[in-house]
This record gives sequence, structure tokens and C-alpha cells, in this order.
Amino acid sequence: MELRPTDALDRRAFLHASAALLAASLAGSNATAVRASKTPPFTTEIAPGVFVHRGQHSLFNPANAGDISNSGFVVGREAVAVIDTGGSAHVGAHLLAAVRAVTDKPIRYVVNTHMHPDHVFGNAPFEREGTTFAGHHKLARGLQARADRYLGINKELLGAEAFEGTRVVFPTLAVHEAMMLDLGGRSLRLTPQKTAHTDNDLIVRDSATDTVFMGDLLFSEHVPTLDGSIRGWIALLNELSAEPAQRVVPGHGPAAMAWPDAARPIQHYLEVVAMEVRTLIKENRTLSEAVSVVGMSEKSAWLLFDEYHARNVSAAFAELEWE
Amino acid sequence: MLRQTNAGKMATHANRRLTAALHDRSRHWLSRHLRLLASLLVLALGTLLGAQSKALAADDEDVWPALREAVFGAREVVESATSVILEAPYRAEDAALVPITIRIPAAVSASAQKVTLLIDKNPAAVAAVFTFGPAAGAGERVISTRVRVDMYSNIRAVVEMADGKLLMATKFVKAAGGCSAPALKDTDAVLAEAGKMQVKIIDTAAGDRVREAQVKIRHPQYSGLQLNQATGFYIPAKFLRTIEISRGSDVIFRVDGGISLSEDPNIRFTYAPGGDESIEVVAEDIEGKRFSGRSAPKGS
Repeated sequence: MELRPTDALDRRAFLHASAALLAASLAGSNATAVRASKTPPFTTEIAPGVFVHRGQHSLFNPANAGDISNSGFVVGREAVAVIDTGGSAHVGAHLLAAVRAVTDKPIRYVVNTHMHPDHVFGNAPFEREGTTFAGHHKLARGLQARADRYLGINKELLGAEAFEGTRVVFPTLAVHEAMMLDLGGRSLRLTPQKTAHTDNDLIVRDSATDTVFMGDLLFSEHVPTLDGSIRGWIALLNELSAEPAQRVVPGHGPAAMAWPDAARPIQHYLEVVAMEVRTLIKENRTLSEAVSVVGMSEKSAWLLFDEYHARNVSAAFAELEWE
Repeated sequence: MLRQTNAGKMATHANRRLTAALHDRSRHWLSRHLRLLASLLVLALGTLLGAQSKALAADDEDVWPALREAVFGAREVVESATSVILEAPYRAEDAALVPITIRIPAAVSASAQKVTLLIDKNPAAVAAVFTFGPAAGAGERVISTRVRVDMYSNIRAVVEMADGKLLMATKFVKAAGGCSAPALKDTDAVLAEAGKMQVKIIDTAAGDRVREAQVKIRHPQYSGLQLNQATGFYIPAKFLRTIEISRGSDVIFRVDGGISLSEDPNIRFTYAPGGDESIEVVAEDIEGKRFSGRSAPKGS
């Protein structure tokens, strides 16, 4: 069972619990004191030493406190690496408590798979001496240009209470090419990708269990959101599909999925959108026409379709009309 | 949301007046250099105010009376649904890429001199002024482009007629954050290709009476309102100031644009057939950099 603040009471309990966690973590104290609290498990162990928290399929709102994306951590013999941190300091504090419920080993790395607020806004509670924040070498630039706006919008959507303590923590380690992070007895391979979901996507592969954290290069159930390049994304998923993995963790969707089967629905979605947009461009149709007709056959296949799909079409159109 | 202060309000209006002055081509005393200076001043003001761009005008405030005065002075602006038609989505999918279309019916177009596109609550309310030339055509004139919308706002198209009359169409658009948001999805790709143009003549059924073409220009259109969180400085403004589109040597229209035109400016428009059939485009950004492009001849 996961912590899902679904009604007002749960929400108060969630925020109350995380406020204590947040206060503890921001004060730099060991969260062990609060770890004993009776919250249900925040994460699932999907493979030995690999823990994943499954976020809700929702927009940011005060009730979910920004808990709308997947995050996780990997425990080595000497140290821990956290992969993504959720959409607010509250979510980050819960994730930190979940780590501390499992191990007292130092959190040596926090890896952000890309710049979106639902994956990086939980960074703050992890900030302390000795913790390295790693990301794609373009992550810092992407965040620099957007952080002001992201913070403003998120504060508005979450409300002051759920937003409390949230701020931008920039990467301290810029990943230019594939590199290894050693956790003792196992290592993580970080691979920066070409522009796809965003221009700063990075995937993380655990050597010990052959588990790959795909970040938002992989969406399941939740409609994909395009903030990079549809051509790049289609090409990248084709490449990655050819690289076997024991299991993958999507940025949105189940905690663990089979690869490359998990990629099929998103590949289909992106291909349908690209193909239909190209047809309209060829017919000299317009962007406004495209957003109302393209990809409608995919509507029933995805959650949050109405919230994001038209925007994806708009972005795809603006990109593909330059072909 | 931050509330607007009186000082903010005055500064906003000053900003708008400058913007208006910048875009009012009748003020010939403003030399090119002065205009550039003024544009930089507008940017500086815009930058100062940009931090609170969403706070510039409260959601429910009617800024139109002040804006109208700033842009058109004491002249009367008449709402006329039959003289000019403005198409815009009620709710925009992407505030940084809001498609709009202006239609000027044939009965009006013969004496239409220019059309001003305004977005009431944007930091620089005058998005673009299209000044028609001899090749604009006597039939229905249609111009489609994409704009940034910074907060829920009215968008207006005001046509200026030969006799000085001002005719207006208005549409309300729900969108927010379009000016301060970097829409750049692939920053490197856009910067590497800045100035690249695609000019295409579109085959239409009515091709013998009205022609149609599309101009696309790669340009980041930096608004000067995008804050670099790490440095605390705003990313300097860099946008296209003018775009002149001609059929051969006959001008179709000239666009005096600002930060409200979306990244990679995209204009689709009608024009009159005749003469040299190639479409020529010359654009200039606020740094004085010039870009040019040309279509393949029609039918090739």
C-alpha cells in the first residue's frame, strides 16, 4: 500500500507527517526519530536493494502535495543513490524517511532524470554535506531558465502548506557522457540522452539487478508529455528498445515494468501523433486545426489525455513543420 | 498573485506608451536610432516589471481604456464584427504558442492601411503592427500567426482605414505565462539555426484571385522577461523588430513586431497575384542583425 492522500483527512495526515519529516530533515537531524511513525510503506522493493515510490496520475494539487511522479533509491554496500525526488519538499521528505526506514548508509547521490518540477522539487530535504546532485549536463541550464516560473506555478497549484520548503537545488555533477556511480558492490550507470522528452533526459541503470530508471522517457497509463523533440523521442525509444533490461521503472506508471514491452504504447502514441501531424502539414493545414483532430484514436488509451494531449500536438506541429 | 501597485500601474502605462510610440509609424521624428533606444528602454522597463509580469494588471482590471489612449490617442476605436474577424482559441494549449488569425473581408481590405494586434495584459501589449503594401491584395486578407499570452487577456485586432477610422475585433483568451516562459524545447537547435527561413507559396483553390504563402523564421524571440535563476539576471532580449514580406519588389506588408510574437515567428497570409511571383522576406532583430529568405517561384 502506498501513501495516497486521497481525502481531506488523509491529506491532513500526509502533510502533518511530512511536516514533521520536513522539519527534521531541513534541520539536518537524523530522520530516524520520525521513521518509527506508523505511515504505510512509501516504497516497494522491486528488486534486491531497489526501491520505487509510485506517484499518482494527477496534476499538481494541494491534496497530492506534488506526489505525481515515480521516484526511487538504490542501496549499495556503502552508500545510497536516490533517483528523482517528487514534486515538493514534502514528497522529498517522505522519500528520505523511506530511505532511512531501510538503511542508515549515507545518501551519496541524488540523480535527477530531467528538469520537470515533479521530479526535482523534492531535492531540498536531501541537501547536506557529502551528497552530490547529478544530472544531464543541460539540466542546470533548463532549470535556470524555468525555475522561477516553475516555482511560481507550483506554489499556486499546491498552496502554501504543501509547497512549504520547496526550492530549486541545482545539480553539482554535470553528466556529459555515460559514467558510473559507485555505491559499493554495485554501481549505477548514468547515460545522458539526446533531446527527446526534454533536452536533458538521463537514464540510470543498476548493475546489480539490471534495472533501468527511464525517467519520463517512459510513460505508462499517464499520457506522455512532450517538451523536447518528438522525432528525437521516437528515435531514442527505438534505440533503447534494442537494449535489454531485466526491468524498467517509468517516470509515470507502475513501479516496475517489462522491457521493451513497456515501450510499445508510448511508441505507438508518438508515432500516431507524428504521422497525423505530418499529414496535416503536407495538406497545408494549420496548427489550430491540428490540435483538435490529431491523435484522437489514442484518447481512450491514456489518463490525463485532455490535460496534455493537445499541447503535445501543438509542440509536435511546431517541430515537424520545419522538416 | 501579486497585486498591482499604483506605481506599477503608472510604470505599466508608461511602458505601454513607449511601446505604442515605438510602433506608431506616423511619428517620423523618431529616428531609427532613437527607436532602437526606445525599444531598449521598453525592454529595460519590461525587465524591471517582468519579474512581476503576472502582477502588472489584476485579472479583472479593464486595461483597454488606458491602452487605447496610449496606442491610438483620442481617436475612436469602433468594435465591428463585420469589418475585421479575429480567430483565437478560448483556452490556449500552450501560452507561448497561441495561434491567431485575422481576417479582413474584401469590402474592407481595399482601404485597410494597417492592422494592429494587441494583447491587453501582456508586458508589451502591442504584439505586432502589419502595415499593408501594394501587393496586399484587394480580396479578403487573412493573416495567421502565433503569439505569447502572459495572462488571461483580451486580444484585439484594430484595422486602420484610409480615412483614419479604426475598426476592431476582440477575443478573450485563457492562457498564462507565455512571455516569461522559455518555450525553447531544444535550446541548442534553435540557437544553432537562428535566422534560418522557410518561405513557401501555398497552392489554393482561389489561386488566380488570391495567393497564399507562409513565412517561418527560426528565432528564439527572447523576451527579456526570462529570469536565469542561477545568476539572478534576466536573459537579454533578442527578438525580431521588423519583418518585411514582398512579392517580387512589391511589399505585401511589413511587420513591426515585439516580444509577444512566439519563438520561431510563423506568418501565413494572403496576397495579390501578379508580377514577379517570388516571395521575398527581410527581417531584422533588435541587434540590427538582418536575415533574408525567398520562396521558390510559384508552381516550381
